[in-house]
Amino acid sequence: MTHRLMQLVLAAMMALVHVSATAAPLRIEITEGVVEPLPFALPVFVPESPQAAELAQQVSRVVAQDLIGTGLFREIPSDAHISRVSSFGAPVAFADWKAINAQALITGAVGTDGAGRLTVKFRAWDVFAGTELVPGQQFASSEDGWRRLAHKVADQVYSSLTGETPYFDSRVVFVSETGPKNKREKRLAIMDYDGSNVQYLTDSSAIVLAPRFSPSGDRVLYTSYASGFPRVHVLTVGDVRSRVLQSNEGVMSFAPRFSPDGRTVVYSLTQGSNTDIWAMDVASGATRRMTNSPAIETAPSYSPDGSQIVFESDRSGSQQLYIMSAAGGDARRISFGQSGRYGTPVWSPRGDLIAFTKQNAGRFHIGVMRTDGSEERLLTASFLDEGPSWAPNGRVLMFARETQGAQGASALYSVDVSGRNLKRVRTPAGGSDPSWGPLQ
Amino acid sequence: MKQITKAMMLVAVLGVAACTNANRFDNDFDAGAGAGTGVAVPGSADDPTSVAHFQQRVGDRVLFAVDQSNLSPEGQTVLAGQAAWLLRNSDYLAIIEGHADEQGTRQYNLALGARRANAVMEYLVAQGVPQSRLKFVSYGKERPIEICSQEACYAQNRRAVTIISAGLTG
Repeated sequence: MTHRLMQLVLAAMMALVHVSATAAPLRIEITEGVVEPLPFALPVFVPESPQAAELAQQVSRVVAQDLIGTGLFREIPSDAHISRVSSFGAPVAFADWKAINAQALITGAVGTDGAGRLTVKFRAWDVFAGTELVPGQQFASSEDGWRRLAHKVADQVYSSLTGETPYFDSRVVFVSETGPKNKREKRLAIMDYDGSNVQYLTDSSAIVLAPRFSPSGDRVLYTSYASGFPRVHVLTVGDVRSRVLQSNEGVMSFAPRFSPDGRTVVYSLTQGSNTDIWAMDVASGATRRMTNSPAIETAPSYSPDGSQIVFESDRSGSQQLYIMSAAGGDARRISFGQSGRYGTPVWSPRGDLIAFTKQNAGRFHIGVMRTDGSEERLLTASFLDEGPSWAPNGRVLMFARETQGAQGASALYSVDVSGRNLKRVRTPAGGSDPSWGPLQ
Repeated sequence: MKQITKAMMLVAVLGVAACTNANRFDNDFDAGAGAGTGVAVPGSADDPTSVAHFQQRVGDRVLFAVDQSNLSPEGQTVLAGQAAWLLRNSDYLAIIEGHADEQGTRQYNLALGARRANAVMEYLVAQGVPQSRLKFVSYGKERPIEICSQEACYAQNRRAVTIISAGLTG
């Protein structure tokens, strides 16, 4: 029943990817060439009272947009629908949806209690099999949380059809940029993964760089020049309060990341001409040296099980990727491209891949490789792509793309791990250094 | 540049201008402007004790090759002049800012800028400038001065700039 439907979607997802060991036991049909997004219909969710009419429209649009935005689904517009859904509980007229080739159907209802409380109910159907994709569910929140409810609905449909874990109900912290390259103003910002609900966390009085979410999404590490020197700070998202994490005189600190348990921060420390990776216990402030080489070591990223750290180093003479134990010490090189330099490595939340920035022959690429360095694939190419960050389900990467010349500006983009569906993530101003937070 | 540093520089320049006297120029062994041509306007580039002189006549910056932090012979000459000025004008502190061009990732460029700034600082120290008067910082690729995305601009951005500020003495 849903098996056939899932196969169609998986074929769309996997068409350009080698079949590697995945968790799913399904047989995957690899179709060469054309990738056909799965057609679905999402009639406007039924408002349970007149006051809920506008929210019902808005919720419906966000659910549809989440699915369409993956590149795996195509919406059959409402003016092509034969049936109308005027009541959530009414039986589904499958023949009407089959007639317009809607392979999946999502119906829903939105209610408000007049006191600021919102509920969203949905059901999702495999039209040609005539069965439900997932058991119907209901979500509730305050009215201003309507986007999150829509993302939760879309996440359920997406997961059931792809077998992937969800990712729409998530936020991204990034650097909002305005101004020309020689007068660039930067401030920290946070937004929903789709670019909505942008809020600013700092002003632009000091350069801020590379914010990084904590694993639970409650804190953000970042680098600020507020003191005149780059120093690692930590900010609590809830009350937007910051404190300096590393403040020793005479050194620079930057490139911080949390361990998966949120208790350790790894970062780069520059003393004299040398930059090494250090770790700090957040609770006690105790620090520990992790690398000890006269080369540049930076951009550390933990494996999801917390046992290893991938980082970049130029100890071989050029910027390459290395993996060491989370205790520090010996490191083994994993990048072995015939040419080019590798930086900004990030370990996928699924543990299977490491994404990176590669620079070769004057071009920049976002790429992925297995944790042993094999199966390197470049997903993008441009004048300046850098700084990938993984969606919580390890299927999508967000990164920054800067255009060249005096008019150049930086914007956020996302791309599927298969290399498909490259698209802009619209922000009010320019954007860079995205860090994708956890599923909420 | 932080407002406080600008204010300090302004105070420094005005302070020097205020206590300059003509006799100081007789001791000027800096070849070039001012020597033998009469009294220079205090605080101007012709006044060898001024920060303007440091910036425009001595040279406040050195440039680097792609990915490199070693000093060229031209760079060393400029830095020898910087060291001499700092030793003759011992009231001043300096912070060396290291920079990189945009052809690199953000964190690596921060570290590369630091290597460059540090190379300048170590050279000045080797020339006798006390370490206590010097600091360095890197801006990586965050503060380009030329924005044309070609080598002519990149070459100007791969720089270490010595910024003079007033000290706590004098």
